[in-house]
Amino acid sequence: MNLKLKVWRQENADDPGHFGIYMVQDIAPDMSFLEMLDFVNENIIADDGDPIAFDSDCREGICGACSMVINGVPHGGQQGTTACQLHMRHFCSGDTVTIEPWRATAFPVHRDLIVNRTSFDRIQQAGGFISVRTGSVPDANATPVPKEDADLAMDAAQCIGCGACVAACKNASAMLFVAAKVSHLSLVPQGQPERERRAIAMVKQMDKEGFGNCTVTGACEAVCPKEISIDFIGRLNREYGRAILKKGNA
Amino acid sequence: MPLVSNILSSSLGQKYLMALSGVGLFGFIVVHMLGNLTILAGPAAINEYAAKLHSMGPLLWIARIGLLGMVGVHIWAAVRLTRDNRKARSVQYQGAVDPVDRHRRSKIVSTYASRTMIYSGLIIAAFALFHIAHFTWKIPQINGVEVDFETFYVYEVSAGSDQVAYLTPLPDGVGKEGENAVDVYKMLTTGFKVWWVSIFYVIAVGLLCIHLSHGLSAMFQSLGLKTKAYEKWIDHFACATGWLLFAGYASVPVSILLGFIP
Ligand code: HEM
Ligand code: FES
Repeated sequence: MNLKLKVWRQENADDPGHFGIYMVQDIAPDMSFLEMLDFVNENIIADDGDPIAFDSDCREGICGACSMVINGVPHGGQQGTTACQLHMRHFCSGDTVTIEPWRATAFPVHRDLIVNRTSFDRIQQAGGFISVRTGSVPDANATPVPKEDADLAMDAAQCIGCGACVAACKNASAMLFVAAKVSHLSLVPQGQPERERRAIAMVKQMDKEGFGNCTVTGACEAVCPKEISIDFIGRLNREYGRAILKKGNA
Repeated sequence: MPLVSNILSSSLGQKYLMALSGVGLFGFIVVHMLGNLTILAGPAAINEYAAKLHSMGPLLWIARIGLLGMVGVHIWAAVRLTRDNRKARSVQYQGAVDPVDRHRRSKIVSTYASRTMIYSGLIIAAFALFHIAHFTWKIPQINGVEVDFETFYVYEVSAGSDQVAYLTPLPDGVGKEGENAVDVYKMLTTGFKVWWVSIFYVIAVGLLCIHLSHGLSAMFQSLGLKTKAYEKWIDHFACATGWLLFAGYASVPVSILLGFIP
């Protein structure tokens, strides 16, 4: 199949950037979206051009590195699918495909389709962890966890931190990401000692990084490759309220 | 106090304030509509209702100050949050939203109501000011008719068949603000005969209901009360309430303009 690609090209963070147009021929329908970009890059390199820079790592939908907005939708809009798992058979020969980086003030463009997502790392570092004494392995089943809580915690823990929620939100809000991280740990016994401190600190860091806030449009949940439910945002709103009432201060 | 600063300076805290002030204003909107609908029970009913309301004295002032406070908090939070949101997403996508699963598009694109909350809100605020100037301060220059609503008063006690309480108008120039019962019925029927006033009212309450169709469901989420099990019902409730309020509010000017209420 043949496609016309409109790809965002940007030398570095200070470059205003522009769209590069690429007419690509002989794309196999079984290629993944990233393989298609590799294929395009091979041609660009053969012509002595600058290949399109994009992030990827696992290419099996579990690391969250691949990050691109395909035709206005983060990851391209197949239900529960990352860009690396999206296949070219969903496109038709002759289509024009627009590829852009995540757009958020808190995710500045690094180069082409690569954005700097260290703001997510800083939110995690603010409280998205548990402090445990390491060294000895605890007994299995020493800490009972109700099945429902464990299931829900695992639903939240599926978040791979790709940032599609931020990219899709009209306010570039990181609420779904923070909600997943806060909920995941607040649902299990191991997360209890730091529960309030975590909620307050992570929300504070989220605001500081310049993410917007939730206006309940549901776009985040719709594009999330791990289908994290927007319910978790309601849970975060409860967790934060509970934390500031109980704790008062971080 | 850390609690206060955690509320005032965080995005989640500001959303709590927005939601709580929104609930308060919504409560007022419902009660106000029920009050307006007493006009359907005839002139005496609405005039008497208005007189009762005005006779509450200090309570009325507490309610007014409370409402003003909620409007202040709501607008303060709305402006701050909207500003932060704009800053957070300063560059828009060039590609039109076209997911490979086409049927999922409506889930990804935000609704009209959610995108225009700040505009519908600010227009409602401007309308509210006009509304108060029109029927509370009764500024004659803006009502579109030759008469001054300040001259519309009725008797509060009956005395024979010539003087029926809340129906018979006081002779011209006798009524005094704060002492006599206002002829609200005459004020409304005169005021809404002006077509542009009626249309402006209908558009404004339409915007209010669009605002609430999103706001009511957002409020449940902001307060952490929305869960998957209830999400559908909450959204239906928000939408249905929006339409009901629109019907209730718009019915008064429309009925008067079309002559259903003499
Ligand atoms: C009678 C008047 C009003 C009522 C009953 C009302 C009601 C509500 C409610 C219930 C919410 C949901 C709260 C939440 O987001 O959690 C809301 C949100 C909002 N309101 Fe109002 N409001 C009114 C006037 C205004 C005004 C005057 C403004 C303008 C400055 C405004 C701007 C907003 C904005 C920007 C939101 C946030 C929407 C979102 O989260 O997507 N509202 N309103
Ligand atoms: S490359 Fe790891 S999720 Fe796509």
